[in-house]
Amino acid sequence: MTTVTDPPAESFRLSMLLNDTRYRSLTFQAIALLCLIAFMAWLGWNLIQNLAAAGLDISFGFLGEPSGYDINQRPIPYDSQSSHMRAAIVGMLNTLIVAGLGCITATIFGVIAGVLRLSNNWIVRKLMAVYVEMFRNVPVLIWILIIFSIMSVALPAPSAFRGAEPDSSMLFGLIALTNRGVYVPNAIPGAGAMVVTAVFLLSLVGVWAYRRYATKKLYDTGQLLPMGWPSLVILIVPTLLVWMFFTLGSGTPNRIYVPSDLGGDVSLEEYAAEQGTINLCSVAGEPSMAVAKRRILRAEGATLRSETYPNAQAAAKGFADGNCDMLVLPEEAAASLVGQSAELTTHLRRGGPFELEVPYLAGFNFTDGVQVRGSLIALWFALAVYTGAFIAENVRAGIMAISRGQSEAAAALGLRPRRIMSLVILPQALRVIIPPVISQYLNLTKNSSLAIAVGYMDLTGTLGGITLNQTGRAIESVFLLMLFYLAISLAISGVMNAYNNAVRLKER
Amino acid sequence: MSDTHAQSVAFVRETAIPAAPPPSRERGPIKWMRDNLFSTWLNALLTLAAIYLVYQLAVFALPWILNGLWTTSSLSECRDILQGETGACFAVLTERWNQLLFGFKYPSAFYWRPGLAFILLFIAAAPVLFFDLPRKMLLFTGLYPFLAYWLIWGGPLLAPLTALIGVVAGYLVYARFVKDNFAKGLAAGVVAAVVVWIAGGYLTELLAPNRPILPAVQSRDMGGFMLNLILGTVCVSLSLPIGICLALGRQSNMPIIRIICVVFIEFIRGVPLITLLFVANVVLAYFLPPGTNFDLIIRVIIMITAFASAYIAEVIRGGLAALPKGQYEAGDSLGLDYPQAMRLIILPQALKISIPGIVNVAVGLFKDTTLVSVISMFDLVGMIRGPVLASTEWNGVYWELFSFAALLFFVVCYGISQYSQWLERRLATDHR
Amino acid sequence: MKTTLILGTLTAVGLTAGAAAAATLDDVKDRGKLNCGVTTGLVGFAAPDANGEWQGFDVAVCRAVAAAVLGDPMAVEFVPTTGKTRFTALASGEIDLLARNTTWTFSRDVDLKFEFVGINYYDGQGFMVPKALGVSSAKELDGATVCIQTGTTTELNLADFFRVNNINYEPVPIETNAEAQQQYLAGACDVYTTDASGLAATRAAFEDPSAHVILPEIISKEPLGPLVRHGDNDWGDIARWTLNALIAAEEYGITSANIDELANGTNNPEINRILGTEGNLGEMLGLDADWAKRAIKANGNYGEIFAKNIGESTPIGLSRGLNAQWTNGGLMYSPPFR
Repeated sequence: MTTVTDPPAESFRLSMLLNDTRYRSLTFQAIALLCLIAFMAWLGWNLIQNLAAAGLDISFGFLGEPSGYDINQRPIPYDSQSSHMRAAIVGMLNTLIVAGLGCITATIFGVIAGVLRLSNNWIVRKLMAVYVEMFRNVPVLIWILIIFSIMSVALPAPSAFRGAEPDSSMLFGLIALTNRGVYVPNAIPGAGAMVVTAVFLLSLVGVWAYRRYATKKLYDTGQLLPMGWPSLVILIVPTLLVWMFFTLGSGTPNRIYVPSDLGGDVSLEEYAAEQGTINLCSVAGEPSMAVAKRRILRAEGATLRSETYPNAQAAAKGFADGNCDMLVLPEEAAASLVGQSAELTTHLRRGGPFELEVPYLAGFNFTDGVQVRGSLIALWFALAVYTGAFIAENVRAGIMAISRGQSEAAAALGLRPRRIMSLVILPQALRVIIPPVISQYLNLTKNSSLAIAVGYMDLTGTLGGITLNQTGRAIESVFLLMLFYLAISLAISGVMNAYNNAVRLKER
Repeated sequence: MSDTHAQSVAFVRETAIPAAPPPSRERGPIKWMRDNLFSTWLNALLTLAAIYLVYQLAVFALPWILNGLWTTSSLSECRDILQGETGACFAVLTERWNQLLFGFKYPSAFYWRPGLAFILLFIAAAPVLFFDLPRKMLLFTGLYPFLAYWLIWGGPLLAPLTALIGVVAGYLVYARFVKDNFAKGLAAGVVAAVVVWIAGGYLTELLAPNRPILPAVQSRDMGGFMLNLILGTVCVSLSLPIGICLALGRQSNMPIIRIICVVFIEFIRGVPLITLLFVANVVLAYFLPPGTNFDLIIRVIIMITAFASAYIAEVIRGGLAALPKGQYEAGDSLGLDYPQAMRLIILPQALKISIPGIVNVAVGLFKDTTLVSVISMFDLVGMIRGPVLASTEWNGVYWELFSFAALLFFVVCYGISQYSQWLERRLATDHR
Repeated sequence: MKTTLILGTLTAVGLTAGAAAAATLDDVKDRGKLNCGVTTGLVGFAAPDANGEWQGFDVAVCRAVAAAVLGDPMAVEFVPTTGKTRFTALASGEIDLLARNTTWTFSRDVDLKFEFVGINYYDGQGFMVPKALGVSSAKELDGATVCIQTGTTTELNLADFFRVNNINYEPVPIETNAEAQQQYLAGACDVYTTDASGLAATRAAFEDPSAHVILPEIISKEPLGPLVRHGDNDWGDIARWTLNALIAAEEYGITSANIDELANGTNNPEINRILGTEGNLGEMLGLDADWAKRAIKANGNYGEIFAKNIGESTPIGLSRGLNAQWTNGGLMYSPPFR
């Protein structure tokens, strides 16, 4: 017989810190904390010593100093007199731009490649496998450099567009592909632009409402309303009508004035062909100028230069001073010019809600339109195809993860293949696909710091590049740089966690 | 019955007709093509587009490759010979292969040393990668780091030998004490190893021969593809144990340790590697004691290891989380303490299921070693962007060099990822 | 087990690491090597040749200092640095001397706490354009796309120049000289700007150098020189006077050919003092009497170094210009050895 006795109540002994599981974890944690503090203190002490020895200090005052350098891609106004802080903000925005564009494009590439890898077309399947393996197994830096080289060597320089018989010509007369980037037309908002935009947005809402209504009707009564063409009609027709209203009924036409000693009484095209080079006094942001420039550029053998003025009065004055040899103005605004100028027979319309401003070659570069710089395209495209290869794998894995029984069950219910995909497979696959795809977005954003290899001025190029070089503030710059990326990462992780919580299977 | 039937029917076939071949459109390449290439009009369109794409690529690339020149001494000579025809100038590879592979400062007489280390790497890695191989080969794997170090860096044999003896001594002491307590064993082992290293360090300095068998090579003389391989293998192998510790720390129920691990992992994973390399390059020196001064390569190894261990920790954490709770409870019910349960039950299983993930991290990391070219180290990409392209002879040879670099990385990474897929198939237990 | 690898590496490789704090001279002597920061590759100034030996104008300065201090011009460890890393490398003691065509500016001298020991090349920022563009002055570059190598004073000068002249431009920042060449030759930029010497070196590497012109405008003063850390004046003196010895040697006609003969004693006391046959200048520096003789012997005097690496007979083909001796109308002027 054994008698069970309570162990005698032990008083605390020092050895219990190591041997008693109740206290041991405290001991370990205390040791870890002490080690960490000691390590930090050691680093801090070294830092102080080193800085003192070098006579330096830690200060973020340099952020307020003028930066002194220029940046080519400026989402916000910036010049060399702006502060380093502003340069850093420009860099941040540029990082976000390339990361955002890259994520969208990578998703498109990835989804297409991932779905095609499962296609039953042998050659397409193999090609996609080649694409995925090729990009997944070669460092992204090499791809960025290769694509940048392709951009700068394979595409023509702007000078190739010059002359009567140019080596290269613009795509549809609208887009110029050069090794400095792609120049695309810019839409200039004019009278009624707001109304058109508002109507378009309202039609979007209308489409959504209609489809919702149709679905509800289908579920309630089983009556199938057509979806496709009514949506299209709702989307296009109202906008088109408003657009036409503003284009056709847009006030008195513009007159074109030229210096009286150069003649007049010919059409714009004839005049342009006769003069060769037209020097236009144009008003910034005025849609009628875009119309005038387009017509001049279309004229045989004409080249265009333009002096830009802030408003019509300044342009008229510039014209009167002889700074240029053509002026486009509404009739009533041109009263002051009578006597000095002749008029062309062409009357230009005033321009609709949106007029395309077409890029054209003037001097060294194309002007007007929007320039998407070569460095941006190279980085954007390289990141997109590289990350796209990873996303393709995620998509494929996600689709394959759905058990065969699901699609067989759906087929047994009589669903058509397309519906099986959209109603059964995709909703389940997305749950598997989206988390890894979001972490690919994170990788893409972090990889965008390789912009430095192609001279794209992202945050690593401004704050971590030129600012660091010029001010020598290495610790501060790198610290801010890391902080920025950390903030982005945490934001993206936050989104991912929120999504994961939202789509988690609701069990128990 | 059957008789009457037999008489009423004029002819009954008694043997089966020999199977006729399927119609020609239902067999052979035609059927294959109908199924795989032209099953629907959309598919047919895709096929034609794909064929056109392949054709265009071939027209573009084949003449360039086939016309390639391998034996000129400069780009201008290439251009003279080609006379404006398409053709690659692969001569840059034949002339500069040693710089691309070993960097421009590794003594050319010693190229066999990293070469040998590279070949031995396969033998050392084999037992880790393929479980079927005799376990005794792991002994060589254990020896390999010291051997490779000695081969590549050279210098007195005593240095890696001391390190090895330290490890062996540490292990013996650990094995002696681990029976009573894991913590005690670990502490004693570490102390023993450190004592041996310190003693050995003095000894090495005293006994260092003036002319070691393998002359020493400075670590800043490493370059080219060799540098990528060194950084890749060293950082991955160093980050494994650290990654395991971090993963265990993150799963631990001790709040302070968990917080430290979480902060470290999330911080490292949240910043791009390139900023960590900037730290290694321009900031780390300020945080070290005044007067110490590591080579850039060691600072870079420290930062890449930290980077890799955070990612590996996350992979292993996934493996730990994937184990059924019963395994943990089984360990507890057997009365094992935490280190025993981890060493004997949890980690062997968790690590096994994490291997594909770890291999993926390793491939990613190996590719990321090219980033060191941004901080003025001459790895393969750095060699191309720096000395080779800047030289007067080869200024302007881009495609050949970048294709070569891409090919080298592709061969290594594709090989590893194929291994990883093979392993996944082998480890997969859920047959669908 | 794996931790030993790093420890082993630290013990073995780290043995070469030296203290950076005070007496750089002692550190260098203990180490037996001079750690010298150079560019990652600019032909003529510092670039590894096909054998991996560093060659160039800046490299020669490093070798001269090594010869003066250690007696062996080859006892130099060249540390390639980028525009970004060079100052940290010097400040943290990774290198003892930075000879990487670095412009002497106020803020680098005062704010970054470095000491420029002299000027070995008077440079200025220039522009190179293709001849076909028909541009003859930088003021005609309105709207042009300009390739710049980042990490230098170039960006700041460029911004200033275009702002002062009130013309627009599009900067294209490029990391390395090789990539800048690629961009420029492909026509992705109209203009390439960097120091005029660098332009000449770059143009020399082109397939058809004559198709490119360097514009007459020099938009900045770029005195390039070697530099050391603030605070160790003894080491600074050694570097400064080694450079001066090279310059003075040219002035007094000491060449690598006749130096042994002159070292036996001449009737020019200045030469004798430089070469250590008279006076005790070496001792004052903490070196032996032959220091300058070895420095000059390493690669010749300033003129010989110039002619061998970047002079008119080389592909780079720079004329002496401002870098001629003051006796020939240039700015090279060594204070007296006395």
